[in-house]
Amino acid sequence: MRTLIYLFIGILFGITMFKSEAASWFRIYEMFKFESFHMYGIIGSALVIGMIMVQAIKRFKIKSIYGETIHFQPKVKRYSRYIFGGIIFGLGWALAGACPGPMFTLVGVGYIPILVVILFSVLGTFLYGILRNKLPH
Amino acid sequence: MQNINQMNWIYEPWPWYISGPMIALIMFLLLMVGKNFGMSANLRTMCTICGAGNKADFFKFDWKAQKWNLIVILGAIIGGFIGSHFLTKDMAVAITPNTINDLNELGFNSAGKFYLPNELFETDFLLNLKSILILAIGGLFVGFGARYSGGCTSGHAISGLSNLQLPSLVAVIGFFIGGLVMIHFLFPLIF
Repeated sequence: MRTLIYLFIGILFGITMFKSEAASWFRIYEMFKFESFHMYGIIGSALVIGMIMVQAIKRFKIKSIYGETIHFQPKVKRYSRYIFGGIIFGLGWALAGACPGPMFTLVGVGYIPILVVILFSVLGTFLYGILRNKLPH
Repeated sequence: MQNINQMNWIYEPWPWYISGPMIALIMFLLLMVGKNFGMSANLRTMCTICGAGNKADFFKFDWKAQKWNLIVILGAIIGGFIGSHFLTKDMAVAITPNTINDLNELGFNSAGKFYLPNELFETDFLLNLKSILILAIGGLFVGFGARYSGGCTSGHAISGLSNLQLPSLVAVIGFFIGGLVMIHFLFPLIF
C-alpha cells in the first residue's frame, strides 16, 4: 500500500515536471537568461505555499497519516560546502538542462541521450563520496 | 465538435500558477507520509546499490531505507511517459522570441520547436562526440555538486527554503552563480 502511495506521488511529480516544462532544457536556459517569468513563477509559488505548509505543520503539530511526528531535517550550518557544491551543481544544471528529478521524467518521455546524464550524475555522486574527506565543507 | 475543442485545454502546457502549487502539493503529500522531498539522494542510493560502500564510507548505509525514494523516481519516469504521450500533442516549448534568437545565434536551430534541443538530444547522438561530452560533463557536475552541497533543486530550493534554512539559501545562490556563469560566459565558448 505504501509503495503504491509513493508510486502515485512520483507519477504526479513526473507529470508536473513534464507539463510545467521544468524538464525542458530550453526553460532552464531561458531562466538563467532572465528572459521569462515562467520558472521563477513556478519555484516562487511552490516556495510561498511550501513555507506556509511547513510553518502550519510545525505550529499545529500536524501528524503524518500514520500518526507519526513530521520531522524536518535541519541543514548543517557550515557554509563552504553549500557555496562550492551549489556552484558546481549550477554549472551542470545549466549545461545538461536537467536536475535530478526531471532527468528521470525525460527517460519516460523517451529521450535516450538523457541516460548519459543520469549515468554520469551517478558517477559524479560516486566521485564526491571518494573525494569527500579532501574537500572543504 | 465544440466538446472536443473544450477538451483541448488538457493538452496545453501548465502555467506557472498551476505548476508551482502542484510542486508544493507533492512536497506536502510526501511530508504527510513521513518523507522529505529530495531527488538527488537517489543518486547516492544508486551508488550504494552498485557496491560503492566498498570504496567509501559515505556509501555505507542501509539503502533499503531509501527504497521509497527510488519508487518516487520510478513514478517520475511513468509520469513523464503519461505527460508526453497522453497529455500533450505539441511538444514545442514556447520560450520567448528573445531566447529563441539567442539560441539560434549559438547554433541551436531547434529552439522554440521541440521540448529538448535536437542538437544535444537527437536519437543518433552516439555519432556526435561533442554532444555526449556535454551531457556527460553536465551530469557529472550535477551529481557531484548536488551531493557536495547536500541537495538539489527539490531538496534545497523547495524543501530547504520552505523550512527557512539559511544553508539552503546559500546553496541556491550557488546554483545561480554556477548557472549564470555557464550560460553567459561559458556557452559562447562551448557552442
